[in-house]
Amino acid sequence: MADYTSIDLVDQPATPPSSSLEIHRNRLLLNGVRVLGGVGALCALTPFIASWNPTDATKKTGGPVQVDLSQMQPGQKMTVEWRGKPIWIIRRTPAMLAQLEQDEQLLRDPESREQQQPQAAQNHFRSIKPEYLVLVGLCTHLGCSPVYKPNGEAIPGRFFCPCHGSQFDMAGRVYKHVPAPTNLEVPPYRFIQEHVIEIGAI
Amino acid sequence: MSGAGNSPRDGLQDPERVSGDKATHIKRRERHGQRTLKKLFKWLDTRLPIMNTWKRYASDYYVPNNLNLYYCLGAIALVVLFNQLLSGIWLTMFYTPTIAGAFDSIEIIMREVHFGWLFRYLHSTGASAFFIVLYLHLFRGLLYGSYQKPREFVWILGMLLLMLILAEAFFGYLLPWGQMSYWGAQVMTSLLGVIPYVGDTLVAWVRGDYGVGQTTLQRFFALHVIAIPLLILLFVWLHIVALHHVGSNNPEGIDIYRIRDKKGRPLDGMPFYPVYFIKDFLAVLLFLTLFCVVVFFYPDAGGLFLEPNNFIPANRLLTPDHISPAWYMTPFYAMLRAIPHKTGGVLVMCSAVLLLFLVPWLDKSPVRSMRYKGMYSKFALAGLVGSFFILGYFGLTEMTSWRQWGARFCTLVYFGYFLFMPIYTRVERCARVPDRIPV
Repeated sequence: MADYTSIDLVDQPATPPSSSLEIHRNRLLLNGVRVLGGVGALCALTPFIASWNPTDATKKTGGPVQVDLSQMQPGQKMTVEWRGKPIWIIRRTPAMLAQLEQDEQLLRDPESREQQQPQAAQNHFRSIKPEYLVLVGLCTHLGCSPVYKPNGEAIPGRFFCPCHGSQFDMAGRVYKHVPAPTNLEVPPYRFIQEHVIEIGAI
Repeated sequence: MSGAGNSPRDGLQDPERVSGDKATHIKRRERHGQRTLKKLFKWLDTRLPIMNTWKRYASDYYVPNNLNLYYCLGAIALVVLFNQLLSGIWLTMFYTPTIAGAFDSIEIIMREVHFGWLFRYLHSTGASAFFIVLYLHLFRGLLYGSYQKPREFVWILGMLLLMLILAEAFFGYLLPWGQMSYWGAQVMTSLLGVIPYVGDTLVAWVRGDYGVGQTTLQRFFALHVIAIPLLILLFVWLHIVALHHVGSNNPEGIDIYRIRDKKGRPLDGMPFYPVYFIKDFLAVLLFLTLFCVVVFFYPDAGGLFLEPNNFIPANRLLTPDHISPAWYMTPFYAMLRAIPHKTGGVLVMCSAVLLLFLVPWLDKSPVRSMRYKGMYSKFALAGLVGSFFILGYFGLTEMTSWRQWGARFCTLVYFGYFLFMPIYTRVERCARVPDRIPV
């Protein structure tokens, strides 16, 4: 019997295989080893890659947050933290609400067609109660926190992102010709009392 | 007393020990010691290719005899790498990779640890120095066509190194946990979000949390101090091995290895050791002088090397009014900002780096060096360098309307260098390249 292991391991076999059948079989076995080895190596990466996913403990810290709005003055902005993100709550004045219709031709998605808000907030005001605007305070471009400019200086927008210059109106709707692709995100929230909201639950 | 104690049985076997004639005694012992050293070296050399490597990389490695200062940048980059490793190891001894402790531990390094300020300034200045040296090193390659056949792979390895060092700088930038650290990491990890379908999952995977947090800081620390440095060392080694396999280019772009004397030595070359070894050494000394001036007198370089906003601890709810990445990334950052489209901006920014990989195949010129290339190539390279500087400036400053248009124009010039290269290098008139290096 020829020693086939030596044929597999070195380029020039010590004893040449006698038939084409043997060559064929050797090649088949060798390719089988290569493929299985490759698949095995890829599978062995699983724990290293999976370990980077957020842990269950981390996910639990992302539970709902309750916020009392009864102390808010008209026009006031308040920032709370939910899942490590700034959540803005703004009690809009009637003047601010009236303003929403002015600039609509300058907006990219004035009807809020893009799924950037829960169903209950998919309306003209992008909120459940028109008065209270709730937004994730991170620019939809690359995640900086825009600056609130309620009296709008030289720019049309009311939120201005210092990083890349994106602008949003008093409902968090994005202007045209800025890098941010979509309106600011409205987080899932609901009113559990007249003036208390729960962020992170619908 | 050289070598006197090299063999433990030295003294016992020496017959001169009892003779009393001190001068001869010492001389004999020295000779004996040297013989023992030689034997030891020979023993080692037959088991480890020491002489072979020395010959291959220094005493018998022929380099063109017209190399200028640009060719010292590789050696300088090695010195900077060594500085980063050494100061980095010492910083690791005092740094705390937690979001509660990171910022304070840096302050303790600066104020309490003996010479802690020195390690930190060596490391932070070293990071900027690394990019100055590497960008010049890269410019040298473009100027003299060092990427052309047969050095394409040396170039590819160099570009991979640049990517690794950019990654290393990015991961390290989060560690002080200042405002710029936090928001820089927030923006950069968000970039992954533009990938269709899997983008958001990928962002959460990289951060290990809903936002940049403790998990992110700790894994960036691991990548910064272990994973990427190991890869950098591996690729530096490959870069050098590949270069010595194909030989060095030179400012004339003339292949010196084609014309050799009877013994096979290139006529227009000389061994790397001792002349170029000493030249590199002098260049390194000159560099270290400048480096120390910055480290000791201008460590923040007016806010360029250490940004004022990063002296404020990270605040997850408030982005600073004006943010920009470290200066060495601002040209690419300005491109990202100039494009009013999320995916488009990220694509432009990534391809600005990736296009450099393709240069060996985009350049269709029959000559290597800019000294023999035609006008189009010269204008294109000047445009590339100019736009790189201007974009770098725009990336550092606040965005205004005219700057945005300026950035868009510069982005076009930058990309023009690469995209039109196959055309302008083919149609332009090049000067005739002599066979030998002109004296």
